[in-house]
Amino acid sequence: MDPLLVHPDPAPPELVQALDMGGWAWKGAPDIDAARRDEPADGWVGAIIVAGSDPEEAFRFCRAIRSGDVNVDSVLLLIGGGQLASLDFREDLFDDFCLHPFHPVELEARLKHQFRRSGQIARAEVIEYGPLAMNLETYQALIEGKPLDLTYMEYELLKFLASHPGKVFTRETLLSRVWGYDYYGGARTVDVHVRRLRAKLGEEHANLIQTVRSVGYSFGASRWA
Amino acid sequence: MSREQEYVLRTVEERGVRLIRLWFTDVLGKLKSVAISPAELEAAFTEGVQFDGTAIDGFSRVHESDVLARPDATTFELLPWAQSDEPSGRIFCNIESLDGSPFDGDPRQILRRNLDRARNAGYSFFAAPEAEFFYFASGNSADGPPQPLDRAGYFDLTTGDVSSDLRKRTIHMIEAMGIPVEYSFHEDSPSQHEIDLRYTEALDMADNVMTMRLVVKKIAMERGVYATFMPKPLNGVQGSGMHTHLSLFEGETNVFHDPDDEYGMSTTAKQFTAGILRHAREITAVTNQLVNSYKRFAEKSEAPPYVSWARNNRSALVRVPVRKQGKPESARIEYRALDGACNPYLAYSLLLAAGLRGIDEGYELPAETNVNLFELTDQERRELGVEPLPRSLDEALDEMEESKLARDTLGDHVFEWFLRNKRAEWAEFCAHVTPFELDRYLSSW
Repeated sequence: MDPLLVHPDPAPPELVQALDMGGWAWKGAPDIDAARRDEPADGWVGAIIVAGSDPEEAFRFCRAIRSGDVNVDSVLLLIGGGQLASLDFREDLFDDFCLHPFHPVELEARLKHQFRRSGQIARAEVIEYGPLAMNLETYQALIEGKPLDLTYMEYELLKFLASHPGKVFTRETLLSRVWGYDYYGGARTVDVHVRRLRAKLGEEHANLIQTVRSVGYSFGASRWA
Repeated sequence: MSREQEYVLRTVEERGVRLIRLWFTDVLGKLKSVAISPAELEAAFTEGVQFDGTAIDGFSRVHESDVLARPDATTFELLPWAQSDEPSGRIFCNIESLDGSPFDGDPRQILRRNLDRARNAGYSFFAAPEAEFFYFASGNSADGPPQPLDRAGYFDLTTGDVSSDLRKRTIHMIEAMGIPVEYSFHEDSPSQHEIDLRYTEALDMADNVMTMRLVVKKIAMERGVYATFMPKPLNGVQGSGMHTHLSLFEGETNVFHDPDDEYGMSTTAKQFTAGILRHAREITAVTNQLVNSYKRFAEKSEAPPYVSWARNNRSALVRVPVRKQGKPESARIEYRALDGACNPYLAYSLLLAAGLRGIDEGYELPAETNVNLFELTDQERRELGVEPLPRSLDEALDEMEESKLARDTLGDHVFEWFLRNKRAEWAEFCAHVTPFELDRYLSSW
């Protein structure tokens, strides 16, 4: 359950959102003292340092980590394109860097690459299938890295379907497994929600949910097909 | 707190929503909104949001002016056009009296009450509208007669014109709010478009119609033009209606379907249709609530002013669409009088009540009308037993005033307020000197 250290605090909102959506545990630290004070028993798994308007301050923070003031395994630096030149001769201060503003998919890839220390990071349960990602802890869904805003029942239906790719479900099964009770309006309710989901997924991804004629619906394709 | 409410609170937090718009509808079908901050949402779910209803059309009461807006968590949606740094959401509300009982001036509560009646009889009621509207250069009547954006016609594929682009973006936004669009195309008249929504349960559909009307207007405004659902904005070309497909389900089964019947209609479907036909004149003031609505009927095109039904007859009030084989769930009837300026909650309430009355009382469906009613004289239509719909708002109000069905369905409060309000509108219209009169009389008398 070791959290990532994030500086500065408060962190940029888009970073907070990306971390939460990705199910990363993290904690903000306004300064090196806070980072030391809140340090977990076996050290921070990693740190994300954002070089904002004052990159020198970010480098000072990195330097403090490197000097052993705080026990951090690995440092990811977020830096603006205009500040890249300032990285010269400071390569020792970080393990990886990512351009800021970042693309959420890139950031996620770098986080995984950098911080997936075997067994130590508690990732929230996430369902991923092709362009779709669902965080079961935060109830958030992404399609191609963009938030997909769903109502509660749309979310529950998509979660159920996406947990069983390639499997065909009848409307009745979906009704009892997703709605969980004898919902008034019957199986029409399932059709209506599938239509709504497809509308929100947009033309490009609507076919993630397939209609299986005179049976019901399935999601994506089985990985064993 | 329900699962749905918790989910909404979570979404608001995760997505950094800054503003939540509480939506409800006045008796005339206008969308109303009051915004609250996310911090107030939880209390809104548990206690409601109190406000003074006096200034809302149809909400004023003698004794108590305050009412409660209680958000319906299943209707929460993020507004797809809100800026990404300032996400905001909307949620439909049920209006309650301060003692927590449904407020009798709230159209949404009226539809819920009528759907409950249907539910007690085992039915769920589905609707699917075909909404027509115009794009004009301006919505200001001081700018002269409305100017269409194009001269295209039915199904025309117009290239590079501003209105197809507008329609595309509009549909994208409607779908992003979880409202599936079945078809959309350029309609008959210049700059006239149609958007058909995929059928859903009537309460959701009434919410969807409110949302769709707003999105159509909002996206038009973004592009500097004006969209209108006014039933008859232009002389000499057809107006805008909202033909609406209706069906009843009993659990999984579409109870309008009977494969052995020559029309594919079950007895239930025939009785329901008979109910709608018999009470059509009484409910027209609500399905067509503007002075202007009746000018659409005078055009003799897609707006059938005669109480009749048929499979393939554009002059009939109710059409029974011929269905593809093996699609029993798509059995339905299409009510063609409705226009887009109606209050969908009240219109669906009355259509449902009229249909159910037909089932309860076992009404007999009259014979199908296979002649073009537009071409007959009044005398010939009378001989066929085909009555006209009311020819004016005035006549429609007379019919409504005598209708016990309308009073029972809408409740005394809305029934009486609606009649008062619309009588006043008619009186104002009668006292108004129109351009027609000036054109015709000023120079010759």
